Amino acid sequence: MSNLKGWKEIPIGGVIDKPATSRLYKTGEWRVSRPVIDREVCINCMQCWLYCPDMSIEGSIEGKRMKLGEFKMEYCKGCGVCAAVCPVNAIVMKPESEFIDE
Amino acid sequence: MPNIRDLVDYVENNDWAFTQGHRLCPGCNAPMVANWATLAAKSLGYEPVVGVATGCLEVSTTIFPYTSWNVPYIHNAFENVAATISGAEAAYRSLKNRKKIDNDKIKFIAIGGDGGTYDIGLQSLSGAIERGHDFVYILYDNEGYMNTGNQRSGSTPPGADSTTEPIGKASSGKLQLKKSIVDIVAGHEGVYAATAVTSEPWDFMRKMQQALEFRGPAFIAVLAPCVRFWRIPDDSGVEVTKLAVETKYWPLWEYNMGVYKVTKKPKTFKPVKEYITKLGRYNKLMKRPDANEILEELQNYVNAKWDRLLALEELTKDKPLRTKI
Repeated sequence: MSNLKGWKEIPIGGVIDKPATSRLYKTGEWRVSRPVIDREVCINCMQCWLYCPDMSIEGSIEGKRMKLGEFKMEYCKGCGVCAAVCPVNAIVMKPESEFIDE
Repeated sequence: MPNIRDLVDYVENNDWAFTQGHRLCPGCNAPMVANWATLAAKSLGYEPVVGVATGCLEVSTTIFPYTSWNVPYIHNAFENVAATISGAEAAYRSLKNRKKIDNDKIKFIAIGGDGGTYDIGLQSLSGAIERGHDFVYILYDNEGYMNTGNQRSGSTPPGADSTTEPIGKASSGKLQLKKSIVDIVAGHEGVYAATAVTSEPWDFMRKMQQALEFRGPAFIAVLAPCVRFWRIPDDSGVEVTKLAVETKYWPLWEYNMGVYKVTKKPKTFKPVKEYITKLGRYNKLMKRPDANEILEELQNYVNAKWDRLLALEELTKDKPLRTKI
């Protein structure tokens, strides 16, 4: 608590003067299960990218095609929405205990 | 209408408009709504200014010194997001008239939960629409005051369990029907109003585009489950809203200056019981002896509502009520 700012140092009205600062807060710590994707099955339809409530899936355009990128585990809360909306069932949720060594 | 390619392309070359690190529950549907709304606006070339009413979305995305918003953002109080955003819009119009700002791509988006829209914020919403401000109001409807722990709101459906109207021996939970908020907004006449769900993102994006292009007040009500207090698994919010459309519980339709249009007409419907039994918040209701009576009443209501919508669509086809706001 000692590193908190006093009232004189906080901007008037509690205004946050920089955008998107919540990225400093890693919500991935909440996770109890994580999505594991089978790239062989994935058709790069980007449904999971669109639905992810934590915007933790990366996507890119390579040439003419869309390409699903990495799952950012620092923000993934492990809700399983990506696995639920996947039309080809390429994503499975695995308990975090299986990744304890990482 | 933006397509998935445009959105991926936009995020790759720019950034998310609503970013990671917000503290909404895992599986919550509210961040999907906030993300899609701002992303659709951004990818269409607009510069959204967002105001959010007090609620889950506001308290979880703007915890000082963190903010999840990558766009100009304002929060004022619970009851006045529409008034706040109409003030911002009026200031922008004034600056533009005085040639102090030269940008006609700025759009104003207000986001509220059902508490801040159906109950507490209804007067400011009605005022802002009546004054004809050019803004888009997005309601994420999770059917209760979920941020403070599941109190009933004007949006809670009959038979649902809440802490202020619990189901027990004496009572069957909430007794009243849910307000039809889009009809209330449509009653202002000079408005674009629509319903949407999280299971139909492209229907939502199309309505969002229409709302942004509409020169006047626009309103989109999105059914966005609260996984915590609807007592459903984290990953099933989207599946549940899909069922809500298929059972006529939440029909998808729009209202544009007097013209009604049903935007999704499923070929076959499921009984509303299928939707109700999927949600854990009705578990106690189903154990009561009067459960079937309440279900039948609800089924008759959604049937009548659907028939009414189809009749209105037929009646108002190509017959706008107003030509200006």
